[in-house]
Amino acid sequence: MSSRPVPQIGFSFEYLMWIFTRISGAILILLAIVGIAAAFWMGARTQLDVGALMRWTFFPNSYHVVNTNIPDVVPLWANAYWQIMQMLIIFFAVTHGVNGLRMVIEDYIGANRLRIFLRGLLFLFWMFMLIVAYFVILTV
Amino acid sequence: MLAWALHRISGLAIIIFVSTHVLASFFQHQLGSDWGTTINIIYESIYFQVFIYFVVIFHTLNGLRIVILDTWPGLLEYQREATWLQWLIFIPLYGLTIFLMISRAVSGG
Repeated sequence: MSSRPVPQIGFSFEYLMWIFTRISGAILILLAIVGIAAAFWMGARTQLDVGALMRWTFFPNSYHVVNTNIPDVVPLWANAYWQIMQMLIIFFAVTHGVNGLRMVIEDYIGANRLRIFLRGLLFLFWMFMLIVAYFVILTV
Repeated sequence: MLAWALHRISGLAIIIFVSTHVLASFFQHQLGSDWGTTINIIYESIYFQVFIYFVVIFHTLNGLRIVILDTWPGLLEYQREATWLQWLIFIPLYGLTIFLMISRAVSGG
């Protein structure tokens, strides 16, 4: 078993997703760096342990963190800028992940009805995750 | 090959991890139910975090190596060195994270 071959360059779904995986991965790293830097700048240096820093970096949402109580951080994070950042992270992370799952399914399941069913299920999972996450972000 | 398998396994682990996070936030937010709190307690435990940092940092660095080698295929000649470099970055990054977490946990912070 080895990794799938690189798709031919051209305007095909496989090629676009191949490019998207790489670009979204790089974007996620950039977003993580921005998030960590901003958390430190807003005082995480002295207030948070590692786990809480990560939670605030990737999903600064008061429903995400139950055991961490940092009153000073809430007014700084709860604005449109961080909501847009969260939505970007969620979009790229979920799409990157679902595309990865699709790769695994295509690798292990041959061309039959089960694969079509799983593709549909995966599409619904993708939509469900995005809708639920955006709902939580926007209704805080 | 090993990196490929680990990349795939860690990717699947991250999908489960992120999905439970989103669902836990949703339960917490919308239903105010104990489910959200229960899931939170599981993934805020230190054992879980030691595991998840390994998975996430490995996936990130291995993905970065793949992106760099795919963007500049000339570098594929040095992919053995790239893998070594990846682990050289991984060990201090992961080690420091775990050190901070454990020292914090031991001192009761």
